[in-house]
Amino acid sequence: MLKVIDASGFISFQDSGRKGFQSFGVPVSGAMDWFAYQSANHLVGNSQNSPVLEIGLGEITFQAKQDCVLAVTGVGYEVQNYIWTFPLWTSFYVRAGWHVQIKKTSGGNWAYLAIAGGFDVPQVLGSSSTYIRGGLGNAFQVGDILQSGKPSTELTKLAARDFPVQKFMQYSQTPIIEVILGPQRERFDNSFFENEYTLSKSFDRMGYRLEGKAIESSDKTELISEGMMMGSIQITNQGQPIVMMADSPTTGGYPKIANVIKADLPLLAQCESGTSTIRFREVSVEEAQEKYSDILNRGFLS
Amino acid sequence: MFKPLGDSALLVQLGDEINPIINHRVHALNALLQNTNGILETVPAYCTLLIHYDLNFTYQQIKIIVEQRMNQVKDSFQKTARRHEVPVRYGEGQNDLEIIASKLKLSIQEIIKIHSEKEYRIYMMGFMPGFPYMGILDSRLEMPRLQTPRTSVRAGSVAIAGSQTGIYPLDSPGGWHLLGWTTLKLFDPTSETPFLFSPGDTVKFIPEA
Repeated sequence: MLKVIDASGFISFQDSGRKGFQSFGVPVSGAMDWFAYQSANHLVGNSQNSPVLEIGLGEITFQAKQDCVLAVTGVGYEVQNYIWTFPLWTSFYVRAGWHVQIKKTSGGNWAYLAIAGGFDVPQVLGSSSTYIRGGLGNAFQVGDILQSGKPSTELTKLAARDFPVQKFMQYSQTPIIEVILGPQRERFDNSFFENEYTLSKSFDRMGYRLEGKAIESSDKTELISEGMMMGSIQITNQGQPIVMMADSPTTGGYPKIANVIKADLPLLAQCESGTSTIRFREVSVEEAQEKYSDILNRGFLS
Repeated sequence: MFKPLGDSALLVQLGDEINPIINHRVHALNALLQNTNGILETVPAYCTLLIHYDLNFTYQQIKIIVEQRMNQVKDSFQKTARRHEVPVRYGEGQNDLEIIASKLKLSIQEIIKIHSEKEYRIYMMGFMPGFPYMGILDSRLEMPRLQTPRTSVRAGSVAIAGSQTGIYPLDSPGGWHLLGWTTLKLFDPTSETPFLFSPGDTVKFIPEA
């Protein structure tokens, strides 16, 4: 049980997403960085779909109301109590009464806080993920008491575990993000693959607007709205890419030049506004699926 | 006609215009693909069907399954679609009837009559949970979107844009012109049946005094 003392930024409960309602216009939501999310649950012995607290561009201070084991994963944060700094990508024991602070530093956007036993958050349409625009999930406030379930084993066995993140995910502020060509690729020239981009100031859980040289389009016919998803890269009428993220609407009307592969979504999610340099490279569907299953099969989560 | 969208979805394109025949084929194919091994969920739109698949299957395997089902589409006219009557209080609360009347040179009575005369098809749902994109609107009522979208539109608002009509299921920002509102609840996440409508259903508006 944790009591929230202070909080800022975009903070919400997220899990692996709300599946099965996209045909009714319900976004999938879920964690912005699936890899950090799953790692956090793994570190504290939770099931894969357990809800965690996602912290975006902000800080949170809470007090433990009983002994517990926590893990914080992600990029661009540090975790402290009065005396120690706890490294990210580890699980650690927290005694009742301690205050713990998750602070924003630099080099990333999102952090994930998991508690052994999992946060006890009601489900709406089969998921605990918060989708603020649609009023789904749970509003988060300072003063809230965050309840948690029963840990999978003794706390002492769950504490002080670490995770070799570099072995699986090369977080970077200068990534080359792999994409699969999109359904309207032929409307555009090659400049998307030659330009460098950075994340603009205009970004949230719904989409990342990128800044860089505008992309020319040879066909400006308005697209009839069609399905899209997290990772879809739409090109606006001004030639700027918008990468759809976790709260992506299920359909969209801008042409899609490409789609970020699952394996690389965490890299893009953690790119900072203004300072990151992002480039894109084409891969095949087969290569993308192999890269993703390789992360899962190389012992990540075992 | 088949294109990948990312590494876990397949986009099927069945045409390139908004028309009921193409859209019927989208929903017929969609119905044939439900409860198919390897297919996780689908997003029907005007003339496309997006198919999210299980990564234990390859793109090629899914494509073969979809191709087989497509051959059955033309014969399948089994009607699972429902028909809904939606009572509308035209002109009540936040609305643009007077602006539309002056722009389109119609009386408010004529606007209501034209809008409520026709039975509309729900071509797709999107934009927000439970929002139905319906058409085809009589061309006499075609209005562009608002220059500046409203920051707040009340749930239940009945609206038009281009050749489409829709209903806002939730309070939200919105750029469509508003005709009135309905007391029907389109989306209730706590209900056993959270969505009043399904894509492919038809809707008839009934003016309420």
